[in-house]
Amino acid sequence: MRNETIVVAGASLAGLRGAEALRQRGFAGRLILVGDEPYLPYDRPPLSKHVLTGEIAPGATTLPGVRGLDAEWRLGTPVSGLDRAGRALLLADGGRLGFDRLLIATGARARPWPNADEARLSGIHTLRGRDDAAALASGLAARPARVLILGAGFIGCEAASSIRALGLPVTVVDPGPAPLARTLGHVVGSFVAGRMQAAGVDYRPGTRVTHLEGDGAGRVRRARLAGGGAIDADLVVVALGAVRNTDWLAGTGLAANAGGVSCDGACRVLDAAGRPEAAIFAAGDVARWPHPLYGGRPVALEHWGNAVAQGAHAARAMLDGPEAAGAYAELPAFWSSQFGLNIKSLGLTEGADAVAIAQGNPRTGRFLAVYGRAGRTLAAVSVNAGRWLPAYEAPIRAAAPFPPITGGADQPALKPVPPGLPAPRAA
Amino acid sequence: MRVVVDLNRCQAYAQCCYAAPDRFVLQGDEILVYDPAPPDRDRAAVERAVQACPVRAIRVEHGDAPAAAGISA
Ligand SMILES: Cc1cc2nc3c(=O)[nH]c(=O)nc-3n(C[C@H](O)[C@H](O)[C@H](O)COP(=O)(O)OP(=O)(O)OC[C@H]3O[C@@H](n4cnc5c(N)ncnc54)[C@H](O)[C@@H]3O)c2cc1C
Ligand code: SF4
Repeated sequence: MRNETIVVAGASLAGLRGAEALRQRGFAGRLILVGDEPYLPYDRPPLSKHVLTGEIAPGATTLPGVRGLDAEWRLGTPVSGLDRAGRALLLADGGRLGFDRLLIATGARARPWPNADEARLSGIHTLRGRDDAAALASGLAARPARVLILGAGFIGCEAASSIRALGLPVTVVDPGPAPLARTLGHVVGSFVAGRMQAAGVDYRPGTRVTHLEGDGAGRVRRARLAGGGAIDADLVVVALGAVRNTDWLAGTGLAANAGGVSCDGACRVLDAAGRPEAAIFAAGDVARWPHPLYGGRPVALEHWGNAVAQGAHAARAMLDGPEAAGAYAELPAFWSSQFGLNIKSLGLTEGADAVAIAQGNPRTGRFLAVYGRAGRTLAAVSVNAGRWLPAYEAPIRAAAPFPPITGGADQPALKPVPPGLPAPRAA
Repeated sequence: MRVVVDLNRCQAYAQCCYAAPDRFVLQGDEILVYDPAPPDRDRAAVERAVQACPVRAIRVEHGDAPAAAGISA
């Protein structure tokens, strides 16, 4: 493989960890990382947390692992297409970059406000990259009279927490019944709502913004609500989730859309007929693959830990082959911090029909919730109780009877209730 | 220096906060806040933090990141 060239499209977490794993596994050929951002790979989780509070500078989160890699970096270089038959990436600057193997790690971008004219108003922000965080931080430094956050998912809630910590008035609007409800359900989400309100956030569940309006100078001033009413705000954070960066794969015959690029368990990208491409792999937020723990249902995650582990898995599959690498079965895991809460999750809650507080108690602010479906354990979420979480890894992996018994001395009598998750979306 | 902590793995044991109190702080019960770009003069303290972490969640890389020379834009 010494004479081979491996190209990584997307120079962020999954791309970097994949490239590192290739070198650690002995790949001695040419290694090229292409990224549209003009920066070396950097860490994103701080951007909605301690970067917005001013504790960490937006440019300070460059990741370890960039130094000893022995790679060529093509940064500030968007990839515009793929010549599948000719095994080459097409670059926006007109260049072509031939490869023997390709790792697709182009991640995702923030879903913009759907009305493009309104989205152009100044004072409207999304949050995905370092530049977004810097722009938002400087908008906050001008002390807006009210910040409006659209969407009570993880990034919306973390931003709300950070911006409240700056002492600015914050309104959060979301059509759902509770913050984080899509992932954590209503029971845990309601607890988080209480903390949001205690922190002084004006939280409006069940509320939909239909229009954003500006003033004569093109600055955002107001949000119109469905069913009448309006909220005055001079800074808006649009936190409506993510869109996978697969546009550049359009027309290649690979199975890719805004929900991700489909792979098999060895991270090999599938074509439209479902056949794996031997030389093209994907990892991180952009990848969608059948998770063996969840009945082979295709999942695409936006989790830091998945980008790290899947990048490494793809590297192994590239060098040692799909059989040796085996099916990628990393247990989904993420953390979030907001409103003084450290939220950690193992497994996937989607499809859960019951949740039980298995340890601790929301009244004391420390608890662990377990999610189940049809009597089997699916997932667990800890709130300021991270040390209880590892005990649930084995029951989740084994789909053990729900609710699982961990023998914890502080395990209360379990009373499962419906978790209040939204109905699964049609695939 | 570049530092990253795997916060899935971190169990908020706070050993890093004792080893390098200027660079690792626990907020509230268990939110670890750390400096991802500590100055070189803190090398020994950060190294102590790496060694002290019972779950090996801290990763550090010393020296400067590849300079613009290594980057063909
Ligand atoms: C604000 C924020 C907070 C987060 N907090 C947490 C958290 O607390 N916990 C957690 O588990 N996860 C968190 N995440 C998620 C985590 O950061 C992601 O899962 C991770 O960054 C995914 O890495 P990736 O390399 O797959 O994709 P990305 O990090 O999205 O990187 C993809 C890279 O490819 C580039 N790219 C895209 N298209 C092209 C193209 N055509 N040509 C060239 N380059 C291209 C992109 O610009 C980007 O640099 C957070 C994410 C954000 C944005
Ligand atoms: S020593 Fe390790 S586990 Fe403890 S707080 Fe620091 S990083 Fe987390």
